[in-house]
Amino acid sequence: MAELVAGIGISHVPSLARVLETDRTDSSPDTDFLAFHEAGEWIREKNPDVVVVIYNDHGSALSLEFVPTFAIGAAKKYLPADEGRGRRPVPDFPGDQDLSWHLIDSVVPEGFDLTVCQRLDVDHGLSEPLVSLFGTPEEWPMRVVPIAVNVVQQPTPSAQRCFDLGKAIGRAIASYPEDVKVAVIGTGGMSHQLQGQRAGHINSEFDRMFLSKIVEDPDALTALSNMEYIDLAGSEGAELVMWLVMRGAMDATASAVHSGYRVPISSTAAGVVTLENPQ
Amino acid sequence: MSAEERIKAEDIPGTFVFNGRRSRDGFPLNSMGAALNDEANQASFAKDPEEFMERFGLSNEQKEAVRARDWLKMVELGGNVYFICKIGVSDGIPVPQVIAEMAGKTPEEFAAMMRNGGRNPNG
Repeated sequence: MAELVAGIGISHVPSLARVLETDRTDSSPDTDFLAFHEAGEWIREKNPDVVVVIYNDHGSALSLEFVPTFAIGAAKKYLPADEGRGRRPVPDFPGDQDLSWHLIDSVVPEGFDLTVCQRLDVDHGLSEPLVSLFGTPEEWPMRVVPIAVNVVQQPTPSAQRCFDLGKAIGRAIASYPEDVKVAVIGTGGMSHQLQGQRAGHINSEFDRMFLSKIVEDPDALTALSNMEYIDLAGSEGAELVMWLVMRGAMDATASAVHSGYRVPISSTAAGVVTLENPQ
Repeated sequence: MSAEERIKAEDIPGTFVFNGRRSRDGFPLNSMGAALNDEANQASFAKDPEEFMERFGLSNEQKEAVRARDWLKMVELGGNVYFICKIGVSDGIPVPQVIAEMAGKTPEEFAAMMRNGGRNPNG
């Protein structure tokens, strides 16, 4: 049977991996980055066969012509999207079509109407956290199932809906008959705003609350409305609801292994949390 | 009071919540931005921006905002930050500069604000 070996929440700000790489070789590394480095070492040691990555597209593959609320990749492989400067020089991401279709066959009948994508380019929302955690290997050591969430165009799915989808994904992974190790990664955040006169908004108090509640009291986070997320975390920080998909997939009693926070990475706050289910 | 009633989009200061009306109004502008992922389109835009904007049916106001590279105005007119940033990418303008200009700051001022912990949520 499949085993859910790890849950990770991590930012996907485009310069995160580069900043971490620089810090790794710095003579006086920044202690704020320790948890990010340790999370990477930890997940590489866990060596998952497949990672389910909850992310959002940034006008790279999904424009505003089609805005699926939730979309799932069911492709043999996913190419890094061209975001205007050529495709990112990382290996193509191998898919796991069997697990994709198992997830689709499990959660759609439960009422989560995923849009199925048999071809999908994936942008930094997916690639940045994977490079941050796994580096840039010649080939990825794991397969990938991308799940894209609309966090750009209102109305976006609520925090509660994201959490509930995560629970359905958790049940689906638990019922997957293959002997594979699965990790779920929720990406995005933390607080930031890239538009309007309030651009540059950072709310560290909220971020630290979120990092704590995501572990022990996710219900406190699902109680917030989309507008409260935008007000508190910023118009782009509202993508933090994607961490709740990951949290929903994990056991209610999952515990944190790492938790870290840094301001700024470029124009955003960045955070990481890793979760493990009880043995 | 339900979560939906506690705060409304228009109560959030300095923020253009990207809702259906903005997405509808901004569709030509954002579609043009999306097209600028492509190198050939970047070249067409650089060569003849007026023709390029016409191709996507931008309103006169949107065209004027693009000509002026007035990012805040573009957002007011339905531009979404991820899509209008692609106009900047096509120009060779870094994304942080686009964001800084929206906030009425130079890139240096904006970067300094971020290093100091970002814009304080209470002021």
